[in-house]
Amino acid sequence: MEDVLRLLQLSINGAATGCIYGLIALGFVLIYKATEMVNFAQGEIMMLGGFIAYTLVGKFGMNYWLGSGLAVLITAAFGYALDALVLRRVIGQPQFAVVMLTLGLAFIFRAGAGIAWGYDSVAFNTPFTNKLVKFGGDVVLGQDNLSIIFGTVLLCGVLYLFFSRTRLGIAMQASSQNQLAAYYMGIPVRRVFSLIWAISAGVAAVAAILLVPVQMVDVNSGIVGFKAFAAAVLGGFGSIPGALVGGVLVGIVEQMAGYYLPTGFQEVTSNIVLLAVLILRPQGLFGQVIRKRV
Amino acid sequence: MIAPFKTRYDQDLNLAKGPGSKIAYAVLLLVMAAIPLVLGEFYVGELGGLFIFAIAGVGLMLLTGYTGLVSLGNAAFLGIGAYTNAILLAHGVPFPISLPAAGLLTAFFGVLIGVPTLRMSGLYLAIATLAFGSIIGTVLQKWDSLTGGFDGFAVQTPTILGFKIEGAWGVYYAALIVLVLVVWVSMNILRSPLGRAMVAIRDSEISAQSMGINLAVTKSIAFGISAGITGLAGGLYAHYVRHLAPDSFDILLSIQLVTIVFIGGLGSLHGAIFGAAFMRLLPQAIAMVRDDLPFGLGQLPGLEPSLFGLILVLVIMFEPGGINGRWVKLKRYFQAFPLHRKPAARRQKSYAKSERLR
Amino acid sequence: MSIFAAQDIAMNFGGIRAVEGVSFTVEPGEVFSIIGPNGAGKTTIFNMISRIYTPSAGKLIFAGEDITTIPPHQIANRGIARTFQNIELFANATLLQNLLIGRHCHSQVGLLAQFGFLPSVRRAEIAHREKAEEVIEFLGLQRYRDQLIANLPYGVRKVVELGRALCIEPKLLLLDEPSSGLNVEETEEMGYWIEDIKQDLGVTIIMVEHDMKLVHAVSDRVMALASGRILALGTSSEVQNDPEVIRAYIGGAPV
Repeated sequence: MEDVLRLLQLSINGAATGCIYGLIALGFVLIYKATEMVNFAQGEIMMLGGFIAYTLVGKFGMNYWLGSGLAVLITAAFGYALDALVLRRVIGQPQFAVVMLTLGLAFIFRAGAGIAWGYDSVAFNTPFTNKLVKFGGDVVLGQDNLSIIFGTVLLCGVLYLFFSRTRLGIAMQASSQNQLAAYYMGIPVRRVFSLIWAISAGVAAVAAILLVPVQMVDVNSGIVGFKAFAAAVLGGFGSIPGALVGGVLVGIVEQMAGYYLPTGFQEVTSNIVLLAVLILRPQGLFGQVIRKRV
Repeated sequence: MIAPFKTRYDQDLNLAKGPGSKIAYAVLLLVMAAIPLVLGEFYVGELGGLFIFAIAGVGLMLLTGYTGLVSLGNAAFLGIGAYTNAILLAHGVPFPISLPAAGLLTAFFGVLIGVPTLRMSGLYLAIATLAFGSIIGTVLQKWDSLTGGFDGFAVQTPTILGFKIEGAWGVYYAALIVLVLVVWVSMNILRSPLGRAMVAIRDSEISAQSMGINLAVTKSIAFGISAGITGLAGGLYAHYVRHLAPDSFDILLSIQLVTIVFIGGLGSLHGAIFGAAFMRLLPQAIAMVRDDLPFGLGQLPGLEPSLFGLILVLVIMFEPGGINGRWVKLKRYFQAFPLHRKPAARRQKSYAKSERLR
Repeated sequence: MSIFAAQDIAMNFGGIRAVEGVSFTVEPGEVFSIIGPNGAGKTTIFNMISRIYTPSAGKLIFAGEDITTIPPHQIANRGIARTFQNIELFANATLLQNLLIGRHCHSQVGLLAQFGFLPSVRRAEIAHREKAEEVIEFLGLQRYRDQLIANLPYGVRKVVELGRALCIEPKLLLLDEPSSGLNVEETEEMGYWIEDIKQDLGVTIIMVEHDMKLVHAVSDRVMALASGRILALGTSSEVQNDPEVIRAYIGGAPV
């Protein structure tokens, strides 16, 4: 029974961290599907979202839900501005240049956060911190992890409805698939792309807020972005549900590795998963293989 | 200015195009050799470090700038080279053998990385090298028995034929000699069939194959050469820092290397050296003006990385050709003077090219 | 003895049959054109011959050797060269460098020799340069020699693509829509180049084309394809007057 409980605990922990990876990977995939750019600063945007939430809820004492919601909106607006002011100017440059650009941005964000909020870790009170939930008397799980999983599922549901049922969502799908045709249909493609960046940033902020009960926010929080790569690649870089499935899988495998393998292996787990996928099945679980026609 | 009038194909093949060029290179070499006799130890040490990063820059430039293979994990090769050299020295291997051996072992690892990534392109390759670099970094940290773990690894002073090579000037001359050698070999490669094959792979893999270029072999060779050169830089780096810390070969260092190559200007060897100079001089420049900055900006922590990021962003937005790009534009300006036309140098607006279908 | 033979080749992409049951031979020194509406499978056949695709069925025989499964980088040193429909030149290199890359399959210098640029490498480079200059002269590209491909007009790039293929010193040249994107004058010139290549260099040419005037002017034999199958094979006049071919192009009531 103990083993089953332990497995369950590991799985829940893994799924929770995995959800965070998945949300960040979701941000990657949204932007990549639309513009073929990879935003290497996604982790740092998450970090900024966390700090903004801390300022509103922790320092100004706003209500958790109001403050969080506002933080998400502010971060989304920041994402929009980022695309409109910076990323739009590098359209047409090779992918490598954009990678470097977003890496540079990551440095600026990290340093900026350090200047604005200092280098100490911060956190704020959430309705889920340090609370437990009992199932059937034997199973005790932390509300923090469960809230992450639940919050992620909820967010994904909302996003799914948005993309498939609303006009704006469908316009985004169209712009991702064929820019020129979208233009012809009267869709303001550049604005739509900026909105995609906004959604991506907002999702990152949600991830940050969900993570607060489990881990404090600090300048280096963005490092999780690299783990999210493994999630995105495992899921197949062009697939939105794939990003989440990938994230959860990576999270669970990591937890298992940490428990069952000697020390030091947990750190490299996500990278090994990443390399294995890239070598053995580059399109991941749900991606598509596209070949050039000559 | 009049372009040189050529009468033999040899003139196109030669590295020094014309007597003026030969003299310029000779003078440059003499100046470089004489510097330690003139400047103080601090500056000599810094220049030695610059040369080491220039060597690593050339290694990465061949891979990324010329073959088009993006690597975000080259710090791993620096680390392998550094530790190999240090460990061999600690076991009594003489320096003239330990350094090349470090290069060779690193080259071998380069090929090892190259092989599984042969079919990856662009983004996926970048991510794979990132992951690989991260794994090697972690291995270096965790393999205590080999690398001394968190205590670090003290590097011995090398000796050649009984003479101790120590101090800033020792590193300086060693690095200078290796740099000149590496640049010469690189330029040879670039004017040979291998260099052309590398450029072909960068520009169009499909037609490179139709021309008879074996993609797998050429890419592996490119990785091997790049890793080998970076390994040599790593070996020298061990002497530069004299005490190896296991966590210094991390993603941040890899990104610095890529920045060197990028800011310098992709696709030019000069660019690698310009980029290295820029990256090494930036911290010095910041340190000098730090106290004079208004609003107490200079006192803020995190000034250096933010400036680094800011410069990277500005370069990509406004001069993606890097320092070398600017340099070439300047040369053309003077060559065409007074007939220079501004539109010829302006960047053209272009449309996003799909990388999914390279 | 024919220099090239396709025996019952087929190509399936998933459920789509791009090419099915195609057989033809090409005689040495002739110009063999493949025509057909878009999607007929012409470029697919080219891609099979140049080994970018592997046929789902059938065999490809070149100069008596079965080349159906050899790796793509080995067709050049067997003497097969191709041009691409959408020009696959090396955009960031000069014209001369592009042609020199075409000489790659004739390069035999070792790796270490290249590191040191030994005299043997220098001699080989000069020999390659001389061959490339021959091609430049043949095609009249002298004044573009040192310019980057990215700066050259489209018509010139098509000719450079041809030149690069010629640097391989091929026995068989595959031309994929050599006249696409060219105006009337440039197309006529291309026709002259093709004739010159056939007559002066003795190269066998297989050509995919849409421009019927060009096809008629240079071809010895023509093969018409539609929906992956052969409709007709014969001289240019025979094929152009074949009722099946006319129906495929213009449409009409099925028989």
